[in-house]
Amino acid sequence: MKRLLIAGVALATGLAATAGAIADPVDDTLEIDGTPIVTRTAAPEGHPFDEVLSGWLFREAETRDVSRDSFENPGMIAVEDGETLWNTVMGSEGKSCATCHDDAAVSMKGVGASFPKWDADSQKPINVELQINKCLTEQMGAEAIGFNKKGQRELTAYIKHQSLGMPVKLDLSEGEMQSWWDKGKDVYYARTGQLNLACASCHEVAMGKMIRADHLSQGQVNGFPTYRLKSGLTSLHQRFRGCIRDTRAEQPKAFSDDLMALETYVTWRGTGLSVETPAVRQ
Amino acid sequence: MDRRNKFVMTMAGAMMLSGAAFASEVTPDAVEFTDDGVTMSLTGVAGDPAAGAEVFKSRKLGNCLACHANADMANELFHGDVGPELDGAASRWEEPMLRAILVNSKQIFTDETIMPGFYSLDVGKNVRESSIGKTILTAQQVEDVLAYLGTLKE
Ligand code: HEC
Ligand code: HEC
Repeated sequence: MKRLLIAGVALATGLAATAGAIADPVDDTLEIDGTPIVTRTAAPEGHPFDEVLSGWLFREAETRDVSRDSFENPGMIAVEDGETLWNTVMGSEGKSCATCHDDAAVSMKGVGASFPKWDADSQKPINVELQINKCLTEQMGAEAIGFNKKGQRELTAYIKHQSLGMPVKLDLSEGEMQSWWDKGKDVYYARTGQLNLACASCHEVAMGKMIRADHLSQGQVNGFPTYRLKSGLTSLHQRFRGCIRDTRAEQPKAFSDDLMALETYVTWRGTGLSVETPAVRQ
Repeated sequence: MDRRNKFVMTMAGAMMLSGAAFASEVTPDAVEFTDDGVTMSLTGVAGDPAAGAEVFKSRKLGNCLACHANADMANELFHGDVGPELDGAASRWEEPMLRAILVNSKQIFTDETIMPGFYSLDVGKNVRESSIGKTILTAQQVEDVLAYLGTLKE
């Protein structure tokens, strides 16, 4: 709201050019319930930027403050719902997630910081949503959860939240992770749709600029599922699909090879940022 | 829109009656880029600056404000800054160059530019079904936006 007012005043007085100055990522630090969160760090080798920046730095003060406080963060309700599901028996084997994995605070710590990882069975990268489905179908005698259905976002948020504050780091040496990274990079730089834009057009070339009311961040994934103030809990592939739709392209299917490759590559682009799940965004 | 269609129809009718050449629309693939830009009107019908201002603002049509600030539209909320401000654009660029930028900015800037081509079929992969083979703006909408840009003088 504040920026809106400032922008309005600037325009009315003919100072529209100040928009760029207002839109730089802020110089601010984040700590969530005493856990320090890395929102800015040196980029890994071969990265197009010198520094990787969390989307948190691009949000307005009010939104940043809601992220700081887990009592205020509406995404924490989803994390609690996820915890309930974790302990709920699902499927014909009479098991819950906790039956095998016990205390998520111990067993799931680090998962959110290191997925997607190589899955030898499917010979593909696997993300947290697909790992949940693998456990449901192969261990619990339950059905896989369809994209964004029946607690998928909540359970994913709960699992990733166990890595809050941990730096994102993928192991690209496992299996064929490197070739999926390569493929994901192609997807990232491919222009799509009638508007002819790539991820890089908005999140690399125009990073830090305003696109109408939106302040363009690096499009990092360290906070997913995120809680968006205008639309609620949002899964990563939902966000990918939304950005692709905005180029006026057909949306690839969630968990398709293209989006799994993209998740692998974009996760790497955020190497070193802390897991922020469930991050609060506009 | 209706009014214009009627106008074009009447014009066409009048021309046919008088036996003059029919002022047809240039298709996106046939637009000719010269060193001066695109010198020929895309429609032969003069652009309407008021209609052009609407296309410029509309999120569904030009959505130019997504990327450009424009002091002439100070009462519209949210001007982007992905591209340069358009205040005084018509003092910096001749009309044929502005037309060329609108039709396909990649011909004027570089292939890397973010600005979409508004009357071009040189588009990205996997275009959504409802937009296949279609341009973002119609030829006449481009002429209208061009007429509007012509009012942005320093
Ligand atoms: C037309 C511009 C545009 C394009 C193209 C685009 N995005 Fe976005 N994206 C946005 C905007 C605007 C936002 C919301 C503001 C922000 O966080 O940058 C956003 C947000 C995101 C976020 C959430 C960041 C966060 O901190 O919550 C991710 C992840 C993302 N984009 C990834 C992508 C990927 C991957 C692609 C390509 C497949 C892509 N985007 C293409 C405009 C775009
Ligand atoms: C997604 C972003 C985007 C949109 C939408 C967009 N532009 Fe642009 N425009 C740019 C960029 C970026 C440039 C600068 C050229 C470059 O660096 O590639 C530019 C340059 C221009 C210029 C040259 C300005 C100068 O002074 O040099 C004009 C004129 C222009 N745009 C008009 C328009 C109009 C009119 C519309 C809407 C019909 C529009 N643009 C929509 C991104 C955009």
